[in-house]
Amino acid sequence: MTTYIIRRLLYMIPVIFGVSFIIFVLFNVVAGDPAPLLLGKHATAQQIHDLREQLGLNKPLFAQYMDVVKSAFTFDFGRSWATRQDIIEMIRQGAWPSLTLTIPAFMISTVLSILLSLVVAFYRGKGIDLTIRFLCIAGQSISSVAYILFFQYFFAYKLGWFEISGYEPEFPMFLSYVALPGIIWIVLSLGPDVRFFRTVILDEIYQDYVRTARAKGLGEITVLLKHVLRNAMIPIITYVVIQIPFLILGALLLESFFSIPGLGGITLNALNSSDFPVIKAMAVLSSIAYILFSLLTDVLYTLADPRVKLK
Amino acid sequence: MSTQDTKSLWADAFSRLIRDRWALISLVIVIVYAGIAVLATIGWGLPDWKTSQASEYLPPSAQFWLGTDLFGRDVFAKVIHGTKIAMSVGLVTSLIAIPIGVFIGAIAGYFGGWIDDIISWFITTFSSIPNIMLLISITLIMGKGLVSVYLALGITGWVGLARLIRGEVMKHKEREYVHAASAIGGGHFRKLFIHILPNVTHLVIINTSLQFQTAIKSEVILSYLGLGVQGEPSWGTMIDDARQELARGVWWQLAGATFAMFLVVLAFNLLGDALRDSLDPKLKGK
Repeated sequence: MTTYIIRRLLYMIPVIFGVSFIIFVLFNVVAGDPAPLLLGKHATAQQIHDLREQLGLNKPLFAQYMDVVKSAFTFDFGRSWATRQDIIEMIRQGAWPSLTLTIPAFMISTVLSILLSLVVAFYRGKGIDLTIRFLCIAGQSISSVAYILFFQYFFAYKLGWFEISGYEPEFPMFLSYVALPGIIWIVLSLGPDVRFFRTVILDEIYQDYVRTARAKGLGEITVLLKHVLRNAMIPIITYVVIQIPFLILGALLLESFFSIPGLGGITLNALNSSDFPVIKAMAVLSSIAYILFSLLTDVLYTLADPRVKLK
Repeated sequence: MSTQDTKSLWADAFSRLIRDRWALISLVIVIVYAGIAVLATIGWGLPDWKTSQASEYLPPSAQFWLGTDLFGRDVFAKVIHGTKIAMSVGLVTSLIAIPIGVFIGAIAGYFGGWIDDIISWFITTFSSIPNIMLLISITLIMGKGLVSVYLALGITGWVGLARLIRGEVMKHKEREYVHAASAIGGGHFRKLFIHILPNVTHLVIINTSLQFQTAIKSEVILSYLGLGVQGEPSWGTMIDDARQELARGVWWQLAGATFAMFLVVLAFNLLGDALRDSLDPKLKGK
């Protein structure tokens, strides 16, 4: 187990080199020279040269690549081009608003989807199953932007039940700001989640051990909760844990619609001002989070299923 | 013998597909949308969206079924023309993503060893960067417009398919028919492309229907981010326009574009599920 974790941790290194390479190719090779863009039309050649020197763009390409790699290990991403702030400090400040929105919404939607998919699996093939499945597919077919626009307009603007936008970091206050975006998050997640969990549960339900459990006289609900759900845990864990890095990235669209100053908002602002270092930092950080959490998923397997031996 | 069997497999799958009423309706919807997209491309027989025909923000009426926009243009005509962008985004990104996914996945699965190690590393690396970050980065760097939307969605779309194909080819390469092909002197190219790949085609078809709906939905998000299509009506830019319109009570542009998109994405969704059911050999006869 320990050797496995160490091996996987070591495998992170080439992956981080690869991620840095893709980001380096995109921003340092494919993208045009950012210096004239930052200085405006009237910049002199000398100013452009100085700025390029300052941003490290006059270095050889390999040295620029190593800068990206270094930032992935030291988390030192330098300063934002637009706000001149230290990037890691910006990210630290943005993390809290993002997490107050995404973590509760994520937990509620996950629990709700598992419960719903158990109900659907219980009534498989019947009216409830077909209705919920169709609603899930139909719900998924609507653009997320349309959901956000409509909910914000209807529930916040028209009915006035929620704040239209804004944020306060203190504990009870932030709830009124994250409530509506949180609800939209849940509505958006229910469709894909329920569909996935239902498939996973139904894959288990026709197994022999389920027949045995029924044969020894267990009720359908006990069978579902005690036997089927337990065995369906592996795909469910994978599906759930691998979403966590995206919580860290924040809900990009929701944060921007509701003016929540989180990581998603920071990323979009950086996008609008062509703030390369911030976007690079977010890409590197979210990739590292993804790699770490996929390792965590594998480790959790052994807890959910003792048969899985990690080598 | 083999040609006969292959044919009957596809014919069988098709007959199972159209026996499913919902799948048939979905197929018809997709064909109608494709037809409209073709008409919009050759500019024939569709209502005019370019000229200002009335005053701004007229509500839906008998003359303008979905009202007019800020410039007094017919919203219904814009929705119809938006089909072209949506379907072309689906088509072009599929044409980019699917060959890449099939090729990379097939090579990794077939050859194994160090080739697989390198390709798996590449796939892991690529999928480690959240899709939305890649989309944003690529469109930001390539500049606004349709071409960068195509490229961004195409370049990000192949990873899932490559994984699937890799796994499936790995299973197939040890099957008897592949050994038989080696026995009669078939080379790697022949075994992989003539014998194995036709047996994983169902994954490609299912994935295409998935790629279409992902692309159509992502176009809206890119348009909201200001990275989308310029100078031509697209459902994404129409939904984005609604940000300014809703507070003034102008709901028809949002409703029209959302519904047009809903119908075709729903059709692709149902079609994808039905294709999976009818093409998956494991489910045959169930």
